[in-house]
Amino acid sequence: MSKRFEQLLVPRPEGLYCPPGDFFIDPVRPVDRALITHGHADHARAGHHHVLATTQTLDIMAIRYGAEHAGQTQAAALGEDITIGDVALRFHPAGHVLGSAQIAVTWKGMKIVASGDYKPRPDPTCAPFEPVACDVFITEATFGLPVFRHPDAAAEVQRLLASVRRNPDRAHLIGAYSLGKAQRVIRLLRDGGYQAPIFIHGALKKLCDYYQQQGIDLGDLQPATVARGGKGDFAGAVVLGPPSAFGEPWVRRFPEPLISFASGWMQIRQRARQRGVELPLVISDHADWDELTATINTVAPEEVWVTHGREEALVRWCALNGRRARPLHMVGYEDENE
Amino acid sequence: MKRFADLLETLILTPSRNGKLRLMIDFFRSVPDPERGYALAALTRELDIPSVKPALLRQLVTTRIDEELFRLSYDYVGDLGETVALIWPDAADHPARSIPHGRNDMPSLTEVVTQLQAASRREGPALIEGWLDRLDPSGRYALTKLVTGGFRIGLSARLAKQALAGFGNVPVHEIEELWHGLDIPYESLFAWLEGFAEKPVSAALAPFRPVMLSHPLEEGDFAKLNPEDFVAEWKWDGIRVQASLDRGIKRLYSRTGDDISPAFPDLVDALAFEGTIDGELLIARPAGVGAEQSVTIGTFSDLQQRLNRKKLLPRHLEDHPAFLRVYDLLFHAGEDLRDLPFEARRSRLEMHAGDFDPTRFDLSPLIPFDSWEDLAALRAEPPLPIIEGVMIKRRQAPYLAGRPRGEWFKWKRDPFLIDAVLMYAQRGHGKRSGFYSDYTFGVWREEAGHRELVPVGKAYFGFTDEELKAIDKFVRNNTVERFGPVRSVRADATKGLVLEVAFEGLNRSTRHKSGLAMRFPRISRLRWDKPPAEADTLEALEVLLASDNGAD
Ligand SMILES: [Zn+2]
Repeated sequence: MSKRFEQLLVPRPEGLYCPPGDFFIDPVRPVDRALITHGHADHARAGHHHVLATTQTLDIMAIRYGAEHAGQTQAAALGEDITIGDVALRFHPAGHVLGSAQIAVTWKGMKIVASGDYKPRPDPTCAPFEPVACDVFITEATFGLPVFRHPDAAAEVQRLLASVRRNPDRAHLIGAYSLGKAQRVIRLLRDGGYQAPIFIHGALKKLCDYYQQQGIDLGDLQPATVARGGKGDFAGAVVLGPPSAFGEPWVRRFPEPLISFASGWMQIRQRARQRGVELPLVISDHADWDELTATINTVAPEEVWVTHGREEALVRWCALNGRRARPLHMVGYEDENE
Repeated sequence: MKRFADLLETLILTPSRNGKLRLMIDFFRSVPDPERGYALAALTRELDIPSVKPALLRQLVTTRIDEELFRLSYDYVGDLGETVALIWPDAADHPARSIPHGRNDMPSLTEVVTQLQAASRREGPALIEGWLDRLDPSGRYALTKLVTGGFRIGLSARLAKQALAGFGNVPVHEIEELWHGLDIPYESLFAWLEGFAEKPVSAALAPFRPVMLSHPLEEGDFAKLNPEDFVAEWKWDGIRVQASLDRGIKRLYSRTGDDISPAFPDLVDALAFEGTIDGELLIARPAGVGAEQSVTIGTFSDLQQRLNRKKLLPRHLEDHPAFLRVYDLLFHAGEDLRDLPFEARRSRLEMHAGDFDPTRFDLSPLIPFDSWEDLAALRAEPPLPIIEGVMIKRRQAPYLAGRPRGEWFKWKRDPFLIDAVLMYAQRGHGKRSGFYSDYTFGVWREEAGHRELVPVGKAYFGFTDEELKAIDKFVRNNTVERFGPVRSVRADATKGLVLEVAFEGLNRSTRHKSGLAMRFPRISRLRWDKPPAEADTLEALEVLLASDNGAD
C-alpha cells in the first residue's frame, strides 16, 4: 500500500487522524478537533473540544448529548470549501441519515474521501448519496458480504402493511434505531398509504420532532409510553420503538404483540429467529454488497480503505477486481442496531 | 414455489402454534391442487425425492462465486442452505443466461418435485442449478431445504394434520385414520375437505385406527365413580402403539398415526395375529420356557436408547428387544370390535392370547380391586419401576376415538420433586411478551470440595400469572449477563431463586452437561424461603435415577 496517502490520513486508536490538519474524523474518544460524518452514537461522541459537522449533525448531537456536548462547534454546509491549515475540506451528502456526510480531504494534490456510513439508494428522509472522485475512498463494510442484498424498502413496508391488515387484533411492534431508521420507516409507511396515527416509544420522540422541524413530514405520531385504558387500545396499531425496549415491561401493554425489526441484519433468518422477530423487515441505512462494490467501481479510486464491518470479504473482492485495498481494522464502529 | 417458500418462511418465524395453524389453513385455502398437496407432503416429510448432498450445493455455488467469498459468507451465516439461497447471483444480473427479469417462470413446487423424482442421479444437479437461477432468495431457500431434507421449522406432521382438520372442519382423527391410505398430492383428501367429494375410502391394508385416550383422574371423580363399573390396569411408562396385521401387511403406528414400523423390525416381524391391537411398547427380554416363562422389562431409559438409534444394527435389536404389552383389541380377523364394550373386547383378547408370540407379546394384566382405597394402595406400591400409575377403564365403554369424557382415566403416581436453582431465563412470546418465562434450572455438583450449579432441565409452565410476574422481576433485578433473549441470573450459595420442580422421570442424556434429562418438568412451587445452598445435588438425582430405573 502506498505510504504516501498516510501522510494525509492515518488510522489511530482514536480514529482516522490527519497530521497536516491535526484533526480526527469520527474519533471514538474525546480529542481536540473532531470532524463528524453523522450523528450515530458510534461516530458522534460527546466531549470533543472542537467539532466540525453539518448543521443537522450538530443539532442531532445537541439533542442526544445536550448543547454542551463539545467546547466549540462549527457548521459545515454541504459543498462548501473549508480549510484547516493547508488542508482543504468539503462535506458531501452520504445518504445514510439526516445530516450525514462524506468528508473529502485534499492536500498536496491528494484527495481522500472518508464516507462514514453511506447508502446510495434513495431515502425520503435525507439528501441523496453523491459519489466523489478521489485517490483513496474510505468505505465501511457493515454489510460487506455477498449474502447481503437489501430488497426494495417500499416493498418491505408493503409486507408490513399486509401483516397489519391480516392481524387486526394484534399490535405491530417495530424495532427501529432511533436516529434515521425510525423516521425512514415512518416516512415509508406514509408513502405506502398508511395514514393512521403511528405510536412511538418515548426514546424516539425528540428525534422524530426534529425530523418534522426539518421538513420531513411523518404524519400523526402519538406516544406509546403512556399507560392507556385497556390492552385492546393498541389492537391493530403500528408502534415503533428502539429494539432494546422489546425485552422490557414496556411491551406488556400491547395485545399479543407481533414483533418486527427493521434492519439489514434481518436478511439472515436465523438472526431474526434468535431475536424472536416474527416479521423481519430488511430495511437498512447502509450500502448492501452490490452497492458497496458498485460505488467502488463508480468512484474508481486508486486505493480503497475499509474501516469496519466485514472488511475481509470486501478487500477480497477488490483484489479479485484488480483494485488496491486494505482493511483499517478500526474498532468501535460496529452497528448492531443499524 | 413462491407460495410454498412464503409459507415456509413465515412458519419458521411464527412462534405460536395457533399462528402456524392459521398459516397452513390459509395456504390450503388459497393454493390449488396439486401444489398444496406437494407442500403438505413436504411439511409432513412424506415426500420421497432423491436427496442432494450438501457438498453438491457447495460445488454448484462455487461455480458462480469466488470460493473465498463463499467461505466467509458461510462462516457468517452458519447455515449452508441459507448461504446458498442468499449468495446465489440473481439471474437478472447475468443477461448471458437469458432469464427474464420478471421471474414469471419461477418453477412450481409440483414441477420441482415431479422432475426430481423422474430425474436420474446425473440429471439432478443440472436441474437444481437451473431452478436456483429461476428462483428468488426465499424460493432458493425452500429449494435447498427441500433437496437436502433439512426442514427445521419446528412443525410436526401432527400439526399439519391438525391444520387439515381445521381447514375441512373435521375431527383430526378422521384425517389420521385416512392418512396412510392416501397418495401424494392428496387431491381426493382436499376434495373431501372442501366438500366437493365423499370422504376417500382408504384402500390401504392395515390402516391406522385413531386411538382412545384417557383423562387424568381428578380428586372429585371418586365420589361420582362406582368401582364396580370399572377395571384397572397398570399404567406402563413405554410408548403407546397400535400394531396391525391385515392380509399380510404389518404395521406399527404411534398413537398419532405415524408409521414407526421401520424402527421396530423385530416386533413387526413377530406379528402373527390377524387384527389390530392397542398396547404399550416396552423393552423386554423373555426368559425360561412354557410355564416357567417370565419377562424382564427394561426401563424407560432402555427404550430411549433404542429410539435414539439412527441406524439399527443387529446388536441394538439384541441388546434392547422390542416387546408389546397388549391391552385392547380393535379388529380381529376383519371384524371391527370397536363398538363392543371394553369387557367384551378384553375377553376376546384373552381368548386369543395364545395366538401371540410369547417372546414378543403378552397381555397387560387386570389388577383386581374392590374399592378406590384398595386401588390407591396398589398405586402407591407398584411392583415395577416402569409402572407410572394405574389406568381405570369403564367396563361398558366402547373404543372411541379421541378423548371421550368419563370412560378411561389415568391415575398417575405422584411426580418426583426436587429443589433446583434458577440459572437462566428466556423471554417468552405472544401473551408472554415482555416476560422472562422460560427457565433453565440447575442443581449442585460437588467435586473435590468445590460446588457448582449444573443445569438439569428447562420448564416454562406450572406457575400462575402472579408467580410469573414475581419471577420476571427477580430475573430483571438479578441479571448477571445477557445473551440475546436470554439472561443469566445470580445463582450462588447465598443468593438465587429456588424452584421446586416436579417431573415424571429421569433419563441418562449425553446432550446435557449433567448427563441427565428430566421428563415433563414443570415448576410446582417457588421457594423464596429457601437459600440456594440448600437446593438438591446432582448426587441426589443420580440416586433417584437408579431407583426410577430399577436394577439399572
Ligand atoms: Zn451510522
